[in-house]
Amino acid sequence: MNIIVPVKLVPDLVEELSIDASGTALDTAWLRMIINEFDDHAIEQAILLKEKTGAHVTILSTNVEGVDDLLFAAAAKGVDRIIKLNGDIESGVNNHALSRAMSTIIRDLKPDLILTGVQAHNDLDGSIGPQLAEYLEMPYIGYISGVNVSGDKVIVRKEYPGGLIGEMQVSLPALLGIQAAEQPPRYVAISKVRQMMKTMSIEELDLSSLDSSGAPIVNRLFQPESGERATMLSENADEAANQLITIFKELGTL
Amino acid sequence: MATTAISHTPSFSETFFNSLYKGENGERFRTCLQCGSCSGVCPFGYLMDYPPGRMIAGLRADEFDLVMETDTVWMCVSCYACAQICPSKIPITAGLMTRTKEELLLAGNVPSELQSALENSQRYGNPMGESPRKRADWTMGIQPQVTVLGRDKRPVDVLWFVGDYPSYHPRVQLVTKSLAKVLNALGLNFGILGPEENSDGDTQRLAGERGLFEMLAEKNGRMFSKYQFERIITSDPHAYNALKNEYPALGISYPVQHYTQFLAERIDQLKPLLKQEVQAAVTYHDPCYLGRVNGIFNEPRILLESIPGLKLVEMAHNQTTSLCCGGGGGGMWLDGFQWEKAHARLSEWRVHEAVDIGANILAVACPYEPPRFEDAIKTIPQASKLMVKDIIELLAEALG
Repeated sequence: MNIIVPVKLVPDLVEELSIDASGTALDTAWLRMIINEFDDHAIEQAILLKEKTGAHVTILSTNVEGVDDLLFAAAAKGVDRIIKLNGDIESGVNNHALSRAMSTIIRDLKPDLILTGVQAHNDLDGSIGPQLAEYLEMPYIGYISGVNVSGDKVIVRKEYPGGLIGEMQVSLPALLGIQAAEQPPRYVAISKVRQMMKTMSIEELDLSSLDSSGAPIVNRLFQPESGERATMLSENADEAANQLITIFKELGTL
Repeated sequence: MATTAISHTPSFSETFFNSLYKGENGERFRTCLQCGSCSGVCPFGYLMDYPPGRMIAGLRADEFDLVMETDTVWMCVSCYACAQICPSKIPITAGLMTRTKEELLLAGNVPSELQSALENSQRYGNPMGESPRKRADWTMGIQPQVTVLGRDKRPVDVLWFVGDYPSYHPRVQLVTKSLAKVLNALGLNFGILGPEENSDGDTQRLAGERGLFEMLAEKNGRMFSKYQFERIITSDPHAYNALKNEYPALGISYPVQHYTQFLAERIDQLKPLLKQEVQAAVTYHDPCYLGRVNGIFNEPRILLESIPGLKLVEMAHNQTTSLCCGGGGGGMWLDGFQWEKAHARLSEWRVHEAVDIGANILAVACPYEPPRFEDAIKTIPQASKLMVKDIIELLAEALG
């Protein structure tokens, strides 16, 4: 079975985000990138399938800072082929453009199964999975937390709100949006990652054209603003405690 | 007549034993008497399926794969009590325990709490996953301003390797600020790396992540080589141990002192400044990596005794027999895992000892300890009046 896992790097929220001069995008100068958490689960699920039933796993990611580390770490976990996609990514590409451009590349790789993270925190124009499935004319099921292969079909567990799990069967080829792998993403020792850096090479492919049309246009990106009805407490714990006492007294609860 | 060669594929036990044998003092593994002292002195030995003595027996019986099937070794806090007591001087902590953790980690068998600390260390250079850009934020408001070498671009006499918990942990930052106060009071020319500093990596190494340790050491080594300084000091015994005993093998070699050594050498300048009395019975907890591992027992006590009004009392376990706070060898990042197994915290045993001796203050000299002991105090009613202070906090108080 040929499994393709398209993953992306997203802004790491450990650093404070700032808005750029245009007021419509993040300032990339101080941005640290990290693998989208759900994509990390998609990689883990692909490796679990490889271990259970045998599969060839390929990972694709766009060429932004941090992509080499991501790909070598995936290789150390057991991924067979690592590819980075070149193109005019830095100018702020959206999921519409990315899924269009990736669909031609992925079609050539002749996948049986595509796994990708069900969503990412920077999906401003919808998650990438369903869009990719549309261009590839494949069935899509999202919010998946378990995958079993049975012949030319897979049986998946889909999570619903309220703690319900649905089990459904889908014919291959298909695209699944992974909510959680069957086990948390594994740890891989740094020495193994370093070994991969010496022995494995990253293939590079070009994203032909990036067409962002069809997506909503961002008019304004901004930090949350405090509403007029909210009372903001001091950051100083003692002052905040005094403020709270006054408020509780005013409200008659003290 | 043709002879038939019997092919022999070495077992895991054999391969592992050979690798241990080749390590420093590795031949001593053959001299184990099976006296059981190591298993007896190990603070968690009583609940390990394979305490150190049985691990060595398993190794010699070619049955080490049984040890690998258990998670025993993740109870090891790398406190060196076993290595200290061993009559054959077998490198149990440095060799057997650390190498076993390495093998488990290579096989992907890591408790999840530890996994996130290791991933954070790799990604952010600190096990808590804090922003590297905020590593020097603790210096805000300190006067005179703390020199950050990359920003202020001037040579210093003393490079202060601050460390992870001293940089980020809100409780330990108080200790860090106290050290800045004392260094400033002595008029010393010192600086820090700030955002260019990475975790020293020693505890990650002792938790089995050798590759991560080397990566972090190389990053620190590159930064050290960029700047001019005479020596390194640190408040963290784990950083001290790494810089003194492990970094030189990677070609990173600088004179390094724990702050207790550095200040004890300057006691004649420091003592006249200590004017404020600290009226308290103080007992000192020897950190494993300052005391047992590196033999620094006197300097911390010299500093404490220089404080006017302070009365030093010793706990039942002191100096080489000091009890571990439970934070070493990855214990800092295995609290949940170890609690599930033991339903006891090593820090609680230590706090009981401090209470028994009638101490008002439990003095420490390692950044793992203030949060660990203060947490333990919260769970022990008779310890409610015991305070935990780093030695440098007491010195800073005595400065007035």
